[in-house]
Amino acid sequence: MPILEGQDVTKFFGGLAAVSHVDFHVDQGEILGLIGPNGAGKTTLFNLISAAIPFKSGEIRFKGQKLNGLKPHQICKMGIARTFQQTKTFADMPVFQNVLVGAFFGSPNRVSWADAAREASQALEFVGLSEMKTTPAKDLTLVNQKRTELARALTTKPDLLLLDELMAGLNSTEVSEAMELVTRIRDKGITIFMVEHVMKAIMGMCEQIMVLHHGEKIAEGTCQEISCNKQVIEIYLGEETHAGN
Amino acid sequence: MNITTLTSKRFLVPAVLLLVLVLLAIAPRLIGLDHINIMTDLIMWGVLAVSWVIFSAPTGYMSLATGGFFGIGLYTSAILYAREGVLLPLPACIVVGGLFSSCAALAIGAVTLRLRGIYFAMFTFGVVEFSNRFFNWFELEIMGVRGRNVAVVDTATLYYIALIIVVAVLVTAYLIRRSRYGLALKGIGEHEEAAAHMGVDTTRLKILTFAISAFFMGAMGVATGPRVFYVDPTTAFNANYTFLPVLMALFGGMGQLYGPILGAVSFGYLRYYLITRLPYQYMLIFGITLVLVVVFLPQGVGGLIQRVQNRLEGLITKLRKGGPAEQHANT
Repeated sequence: MPILEGQDVTKFFGGLAAVSHVDFHVDQGEILGLIGPNGAGKTTLFNLISAAIPFKSGEIRFKGQKLNGLKPHQICKMGIARTFQQTKTFADMPVFQNVLVGAFFGSPNRVSWADAAREASQALEFVGLSEMKTTPAKDLTLVNQKRTELARALTTKPDLLLLDELMAGLNSTEVSEAMELVTRIRDKGITIFMVEHVMKAIMGMCEQIMVLHHGEKIAEGTCQEISCNKQVIEIYLGEETHAGN
Repeated sequence: MNITTLTSKRFLVPAVLLLVLVLLAIAPRLIGLDHINIMTDLIMWGVLAVSWVIFSAPTGYMSLATGGFFGIGLYTSAILYAREGVLLPLPACIVVGGLFSSCAALAIGAVTLRLRGIYFAMFTFGVVEFSNRFFNWFELEIMGVRGRNVAVVDTATLYYIALIIVVAVLVTAYLIRRSRYGLALKGIGEHEEAAAHMGVDTTRLKILTFAISAFFMGAMGVATGPRVFYVDPTTAFNANYTFLPVLMALFGGMGQLYGPILGAVSFGYLRYYLITRLPYQYMLIFGITLVLVVVFLPQGVGGLIQRVQNRLEGLITKLRKGGPAEQHANT
C-alpha cells in the first residue's frame, strides 16, 4: 500500500524543468532508493515533498491527503521528516537542544517538557550520540552532525523519513554503521525514501529503486532490474559497475 | 560545580533580585526627585533594550523599528492623555498604546518577516522614517498642529510606572527565553529552514514575538509622554530611540538577560553625564567608547562578567579539590 504518491509532479526553475512529469509511489514499510546523476532533480523532488519549495503542477499525496500548498511545519506534523544533503544543524546550540526542538514541535500534540526531554534522550541514544548531549553542533564531526539530524528527524515521530545523501562524505566503516542505523529505523515501522550515491548502501538496503535523469523518471524496479537496465548503466552506473554485479 | 554552590546560587539570585527591587521601590524616599527623573530615563532605555533583545537576539533579525513603536506610544499619550483633556486613565493609555504598537508590529511583520538580514533591517528602518514624514505631513496639513502637549504627571508616579514596565518586560523575556518557544526562536536564528522542517511555524512565531516586543516599546512610549511634556513627529520618531537600545544591548551583551539592563544603565548614564558635563566632546567620547567595546568585548560587558565568573568558579573548585600544593604540582 502506498504511503506517499506523486502524480505528474513538475517543477520549473526558470525555463529548466528540474522535475518533469514524475509519477512515483513509496510503499508502507519499504526502503525506496532514489538515484541519478548530479542535477537529476533528486533533492528538488525531496524539497517538493517536504514543501521547502512550492509547486503548482502535479499532485503529491501522503496517506491519501493532498500535500500541495502546505507549509514545511505542517508536512512535518503530518509525519514526514527529512535530513538535508548539506547538514543544517543549529550550530551554536548543544546537540540535546537541537533534538529537543523536534521533540517539542514535530508532532501535532502538545508535548510536555518531561516527555520531550525523554524522547530527545532516547533518540540520541538510538543514534549513538548520548555522550555528546552538551556539545555544540558545530563542534561535531560530519558523521555526528548527520546523526544529530537523524535524531532530530526521529523525535518528530515520522511515518516517512526522507534521507538526502545520508552516506555522502562518510568513510566505509561509517557507511556500514549508517546502513545498520537506517535498517533499524525501518524496523521501527518507519518508511524510508532515500537519495544516495553510495551504491553499496542502495543495493544493500533498498527494496525498490527509482532513477531520475534531467528531471525525468527513466526507470524503476528492484536492484536486480535497475543494475541490468541498459539506459541506467549508460547514464549513471557505467559499464564497470555492471560488470562487477 | 558541586551541590552546595548550586543550591546557594538558587537562593542567591532571587535574593539579590528582591533586594534590588526593594531598593528601587524605596529610592524616591532616599534620593532627590532630580535623580529619580534620571533613573526613570535609564529604566526607559532598559525597557527598550530588553524588548529589542526579546525578538532580535535569538532570531538574528535586526529590527530597526524600535523608535517607531516607541513613537506610537508617545503619540498615544499625546492624544489620549492630552493636556487639553484626558480621555483615559494613564494605566489604560499605557495598555492601549502597547496594543497599538503590537498591531503595527503584526502588520509590519506580516509584510517584512520574509525578508532576511540586511533587507529586514533596512525595511524596518524605512518604516520608521516614513512614519516620521507621514506624521509631520498629517499633523501640519490635516490637523493643523505642530506638536501636542501631554498632561502633567508627578515624577514619582512616572518612576513607579516605569519600574512596573521594566519588571514586566524582564519577566516576559525570562519566561520566553526558558520556554519551548525560546528554544524555537533560537532555532530560527541558527537555521530557519531546518526549524520549519522540524514543525516550527516560523512565520507565526516570529510575528507574535515581534508583536510582544513592540507592546513593551509602545507601553514605555506612553509612560514617557508625560515626562517629555511635548510630542512632535520629529522627536517621537527619533532615530536615537532606534539605535541607542541596540548599542546598549551590544554593550551589555545579549547572552544574559541582565546584559541589556547593564548596558542601558551604564550607557545611559554615561550619555547623560557627557551631555551635561562635556556637551562639546560628548559625541567623540561616546563614539570612542562604543568602538572600544565592539573591538575588545564582542560579547559585551555581560559576556565579560560571565567569563570572569567561570574563571573564578574554576579557580574555587580547583582550590577546594587539591589545595595550593597539589595545584602547584599540577602546573
